[in-house]
Parts: sequence; C-alpha cells; structure tokens
Amino acid sequence: MDDAIVLTYEVSPDDFTRAGEASSDVKSKLKQMGVPPDAVRKVAIAMYEGEINMVIHAKGGEITVSITPEKITMVLADVGPGIPDVDLAMQAGYSTAPDAVRSLGFGAGMGLPNMKKYTDEMKIDTTVGVGTTITMVVNL
Amino acid sequence: MDKFYHSVRLDESLCRGCINCIKRCPTQAIRVRNGKARINSKFCIDCGECIRVCPHHAKQATYDRLDVIKEYKYTVALPAPSLYGQFNNLEDVNIVLNALLLMGFDDVMEVGAAAELVSEATRAYLEEHQENLPMISTACPSVVRLIRVRFPNLIPHLLPLNPPVEVAACLAVKKAMEKTGLPREDIGICFISPCPSKVTYAKSPLGTEKSQIDRVLAIKDVYPILLSYMKAVGPDPAEIGTSGKIGVNWGRSGGEAGGLFTESYLAADGIENVIRVLEDLEDQKFSNLKFVELDACSGGCVGGVLTVENPYVAEVKLKRLRRYMPVARSHMDGEHAEDCMAWTKEVDYEPVFSLGHNIMESFARLNQAERLLKKLPGLDCGSCGAPTCKALAEDIVRGEAREEDCVYYLRESLHKLSAEVSHLADDMAAGEKDGRETLRLLKEYIQKISDDMAKLDEEKR
Repeated sequence: MDDAIVLTYEVSPDDFTRAGEASSDVKSKLKQMGVPPDAVRKVAIAMYEGEINMVIHAKGGEITVSITPEKITMVLADVGPGIPDVDLAMQAGYSTAPDAVRSLGFGAGMGLPNMKKYTDEMKIDTTVGVGTTITMVVNL
Repeated sequence: MDKFYHSVRLDESLCRGCINCIKRCPTQAIRVRNGKARINSKFCIDCGECIRVCPHHAKQATYDRLDVIKEYKYTVALPAPSLYGQFNNLEDVNIVLNALLLMGFDDVMEVGAAAELVSEATRAYLEEHQENLPMISTACPSVVRLIRVRFPNLIPHLLPLNPPVEVAACLAVKKAMEKTGLPREDIGICFISPCPSKVTYAKSPLGTEKSQIDRVLAIKDVYPILLSYMKAVGPDPAEIGTSGKIGVNWGRSGGEAGGLFTESYLAADGIENVIRVLEDLEDQKFSNLKFVELDACSGGCVGGVLTVENPYVAEVKLKRLRRYMPVARSHMDGEHAEDCMAWTKEVDYEPVFSLGHNIMESFARLNQAERLLKKLPGLDCGSCGAPTCKALAEDIVRGEAREEDCVYYLRESLHKLSAEVSHLADDMAAGEKDGRETLRLLKEYIQKISDDMAKLDEEKR
C-alpha cells in the first residue's frame, strides 16, 4: 500500500489573479486518478471556496491536501483574524467581505455553507486574532 | 466506426521531429518518438491546432476530393455559413449558391438555414429545461469531444440537439429522395467544411448513430473553383437562399448565442479559452447563465483550418453580407425538421486521462509521477518528446517513456560516470588498487558512457 499523496500549496495574499490555482491543480490530479466525477466536483468546489476565503479574509495561508484511495483530506490553515461567531458565519448569505471583492462577484456569503454542503466532514478550528484551520474530508 | 476516429493525421515523411506541435496541442496528445510526432488518438480532439502550427506542413486533415461528386447520381451541396465570409465584396449569397449548381451539384441546402431551425429548437429547449441551465452548445465537434474526455460533470449540460450541418443533411436527404425517387445510396450529401473536426463528426458522430453527411469537402479546395463559376452567374441570380441573418451569423463566434434572444449567455472562442471556460463552469463559478457557446477556433467557424481568409476579415465580410437580410428565413413549422433535430444517442464519459486501469493503480502511478517530477529539471524544454516534465513523468509511469529520455537526466548521469572514471584512473596511476579489477571497472564505466551517448544519438534521429 502506498503512502498518501501529499500536496501543499502556498496561497498568496490579495492576489486574486492566482486564486483558484491550487484547487484547479488538485482537480486535474483527481481526474488522472480516475476519481468518480462527482467526488472531483465536490473537492474542486469546496477547496475553491476555501482558497478564495483565505485570499479575501486571511491574507493567504497554506493548503495541504492528502489523497488516498479512500478519501481526500484538505487542511486550509491561515494566520488571519479568526472567525468570531462560527454559527453566524455558517449561515447562507452572511458575509463580511469588503466591497472591493464583492465587485469581483465574491462575497455572496455562500463560501462556508458551500464547503459544508460539498464535503462529508468539515471541522473549523478558529481563534480570534490567531487564525483559522479548516479541515474538510471527501470520502471516495 | 472507431469512437476515437481522427481526421487530423501526420505525414511522417514531412515531420522533422521538432517540438512545435507538442507544445501547442491543448490536450497534450502529441509526443515525438524516434524523431517523429505521434498523435495519441484517445487524447486528440481534432481541433486542428497542430495543423495551424506545424512549420513543415506534416500535420494534415483528411477530407474528400472534389471529384467524389461523380460517384453519385444526385448530389446536394451543404455550404457552411463560413464559406460566404471567404469572398470579397459578396453582396448576395445567391451568387455562391447558383455557382455551386454550375459547379456540378444538383441541389443546394444551406447549413445556415438549418442553423436557424436549431436556434429555434434551442430557444424552446432552454425554455422547457430551466432546471438544467446553462446548456452548452454542441455545434463544434471538437468541443463535444473535449467535454467527453475531460469534463464528465458537464456532459449533462450538453445541448442534446444535432449540429446544423446534420440537420441540413437530414433535410436534404428527405427532399432529394422525394424529388428524385432515387434510393439513399445514389444520393451524395456533400458538406463544404471550414474544419477537419466536421470530417470526424461525419465519420464518427456523437449524439447520433450515423451521420447523414456522405462527403466532406474543404472550403479551401472549393473556393478557387467556385470563384470562376461565380463570375459565370448572371447579374440577377435565382433566389434559392433560405437563410437569414441568424443563419449566416452562425459562421462567427457569438452567432449561435445571438440567435437565442437572451443576454444571459457566454461565448468563447479559441481552444485555450474554451478550456478555461469549461474549467470554471465545472467549478460552478458562473451564475444566471442560460447558454454557453464554445468554438474551438479563434473567431468561430471562420477560423477553421480549411478556410482561406483571415478569420477576422471573414467576420467583417459576413457582417456586411447579412446587413439587409431578414432576421430569419427558415422556421420549424415550415420545414418538418422535428425528427432531424434531437440527439438519439447519449454521450458517455471516456476517462482517457486516467493514469491507470483502476483507482488503485492510478493512485500508485500518480504517487510515482509526483516523485519523478521532483527529479526532473522542470524546464519543460520538450527535448524528451513530451510537452512538459509533468507529461514525461506521466508517460514514464504509463510505461511509455524512460527517465533517460530527459537530456538533463542523461547529462547528469554522464557527469557522474565520467567523474568515476577519472577517480579510478587516479587510483590506478597511484597504484593503490589491484590493477586488473580497476581496469575491469573502468571498462564497465566507459561502456555505460557510450551507451548513454548512443541514447542521445537515438534522440537526434
């Protein structure tokens, strides 16, 4: 049995032109692995939403994806401002995104709810002023 | 017919083994092996990019010669809207259509006319299927083939309607059989095409069991002959055109979407742009879109590799031509085209890019490819015959290439070997070791070096 394939990505802050590169790379690898299309879609969407969040709210961070034939685990870690009220942030439509990114079509308040919707497990560890780590799992 | 049939082929005698095509192929379907390009038929989508970029004209499209029309008792020409954009100062489509008759065809059925029917059917389809929007155009065969191998999640969004050329062929067959009473095999339906992708469609269609298009001719072959016949058409040509603005507009990017009377559409052209849009569509980055028009060629069908005019000039000519045309001249209720319109066969996902035969094997190979990639130089120089280091790593794990195919890897190996040789020679000179054993090792290393050099020579050939 092989070890998990571990991929790490630096998410650079405030660079929207590069946002989404990590999730797109993971997507192409999952396709090469022959992962069922539906699971590829879930991972791509959940990770893309998380990646965008890191750029908008947390000045970047690091994403670690580990792939095994059983599941895909994504860990998105940042040292941003933290989420003061997780329950509120999980509500569809709630957003604290600045106007500058709303004009790009982001900030609809669907990021976290979509991440939850498209994954089998999701855990948020957050401390205000310290940072947030979100772990998401999609089972194969 | 093979489900991976291709109309884009290589003429080996012209191929010099350069890296132009491997670098530009959007699906990374080409490798240079033993000094010649090889097209992987499972990856190729017949977009024709390699034909465009090959400086030695070694990539060619297969299509029919003009004299095939003699093989039938009755022939119908199906001119693509893009054909009209090839001529200077053309003010009346009827000049082209009458010239086709003078050229030897017995009848003409405009693809633009069928396109107007497809536009009408699409409007109805969008109205009835609001739960599954956006729908993606299926008029460009290369785009449908691309989605089939690379975007499985988008297959349910493919518009399940035949492309205009198929609808035109279907209508032309019916009309010809009614008019002549001839059996089907005596009737030749000949499409005058801007691209090889339609040749592939005619031979191995997606969405339907069998295409009604019998022959595909190239615009670039028909064009010079047609020019002389156009001069022979009198000043007042017979009115045989049945296409309006919408139909002629299909020849350019945005034309198909323009016939849907909605502003909620996106139209992208050029295969790289098409891929970017499909990636984003797959990630659900668009909202409120009803329709997505995608054309593999820049500019739309006028950009096909079998055309003669610059696509952007052709687009201007089309614009001028359609200025005083009625919006549409062909309508569903008048044409009885219902049974020519809908797909009769589903498109299935073909996971050709999987690294292995099953998920476990693919996983192991992906793991191995990731490790290999770290060892390769990351220059994407193409010298190994693969377009990128990543592609080489994938070829290696598929068993189709070796690490030594990388010239940098080979160079490093040569450096190591020659360092060993000089080390051994020093030892021998100092008389420190058993001379015979050292000599044996020396010979072994020198043999390895010449083997590696031979591999390099092999690359050159």
